Amino acid sequence: MDWGALHTILGGVNKHSTSIGKIWLTVLFIFRIMILVVAAERVWGDEQDDFVCNTLQPGCKNVCYDHFFPISHIRLWALQLIFVSTPALLVAMHVAYRRHEKKRQFRKGDQKCEYKDIEEIRRQRFRIEGSLWWTYTSSIFFRLVFEAVFMYAFYFMYDGFRMPRLMKCNAWPCPNTVDCFVSRPTEKTVFTIFMIAVSSICILLNVAELCYLLTKFFLRRSKKAVNPKHQPNHENKEETKQNEMNELISDSCQNTVIGFSS
Amino acid sequence: MNWAGLYTVLSGVNRHSTSIGRIWLSVIFIFRIMVLVVAAESVWGDEKSAFTCNTQQPGCNSVCYDHFFPISHIRLWALQLILVTTPALLVAMHVAYQQHQEKKLLVLTGHADPKHMEEVKKHKMRISGSLWWTYVCSVVFRLLFEAVFMYIFYMLYPGYQMVRLVKCEAYPCPNTVDCFISRPTEKTIFTVFMLVTSSICIVLNMAELVYLVVRACARRGQHNSNPPSGKGSFYGHKLSSEYKQNEINQLLTEQDSSLKDMLRRNPGLQEKGDRCSAC
Repeated sequence: MDWGALHTILGGVNKHSTSIGKIWLTVLFIFRIMILVVAAERVWGDEQDDFVCNTLQPGCKNVCYDHFFPISHIRLWALQLIFVSTPALLVAMHVAYRRHEKKRQFRKGDQKCEYKDIEEIRRQRFRIEGSLWWTYTSSIFFRLVFEAVFMYAFYFMYDGFRMPRLMKCNAWPCPNTVDCFVSRPTEKTVFTIFMIAVSSICILLNVAELCYLLTKFFLRRSKKAVNPKHQPNHENKEETKQNEMNELISDSCQNTVIGFSS
Repeated sequence: MNWAGLYTVLSGVNRHSTSIGRIWLSVIFIFRIMVLVVAAESVWGDEKSAFTCNTQQPGCNSVCYDHFFPISHIRLWALQLILVTTPALLVAMHVAYQQHQEKKLLVLTGHADPKHMEEVKKHKMRISGSLWWTYVCSVVFRLLFEAVFMYIFYMLYPGYQMVRLVKCEAYPCPNTVDCFISRPTEKTIFTVFMLVTSSICIVLNMAELVYLVVRACARRGQHNSNPPSGKGSFYGHKLSSEYKQNEINQLLTEQDSSLKDMLRRNPGLQEKGDRCSAC
């Protein structure tokens, strides 16, 4: 179970996302996960081995490293990416649930169900409205929250986004104050800034998607208020059809009654 | 066979689980197995090489490491995840057995065309009858394994916290020696994370157990007040065990009566030994 498996799972969600959502997913996989795996992990690979302290005191290096790096950047980014991508699974679960309901209707031979076969149900793309809209919006909201929380955690833990070259350590068992040198500080700073920038872009995309969904929702609502007869809502199609059928039946009944009476 | 292989095997079980079961499976794969593979393994990667003791005595390092870490967290978690996910295979085996029975029934009733066979493979089994018991047993075993491993963790590493310094007196270390652990804070963070997800999984399993029991009681209550009318979903009804047994008995009776007819029409066949005991 690795990033490839996550890509497979989330690829399915892509079909039911908005266009902004699809862009977000692409940015996530190419500019964050892929960069993490092919580049960043190598940069941080020797972070502890090459963390050198100016002392012969055994244990001082371990203690100082632990003091300055409570959790490595790489692990924080990995956790951030996992948490940020999982709200999309809420949407996937909701879509799967809807599909399951449609399949049940189809199997019962329900006349209301307008699909020709099960394959069509499987391939169908659901419109983001009704309860799915709420699920989708919640998932975007959670994504935003997780991104913000992790960015704050980064800033708080590492006092800004810059990796210093030298750290002064006086934790026990280090004698007095000891100079410790970080390996590849400039390269680490470059990648940290890159990941922060891409994270900000993802936040912007999420905010844009949220605005887009809200705008669409209000537009649809105002259209419904202006034209109550026309119901473009997919879920009301069944009721409309049923109404039409009932109308036809009652018309034909009336005709029959009239026919009898005449 | 690796975690991806396990994922393939267990995805099949997903279809026959309850919704809580599916959530549990997602939590296991994304928040436990995936975090273990992409993050935790690299944190514990250098646990022995960066374990430093304040001595030059050869062998002291190895002995102290072995004394304080009889089994590494990573291996314990891997074992825990494997043992916790395998009871689901009981359910998979039972479902496969039921599907095999359905196929045999279809063959007997003469509906053995490819379309019906595919339907059997694809439809979702209702969790009732003996499958309910298997499912409940698998959930109970999951709970048991989770609890046992959490207890083992607590016994081996009290307080779930990783300390920076351990004092070691094992031979051949001279007197008492200070040994320093690598990345203790990061290890504590991940230990707590895995503990929290483990607790979430325990809660999900309990919720699933309660849900199954309540559903069974509700179904029983409905059964007592409304005797079965023979209606229901196509396979859900058709494949209840009593219905199946009735069908099989009917078929056997038909076979028996056709055999009797044959013998009546050709009495000479009976000379070969009295096969028909009911004649």
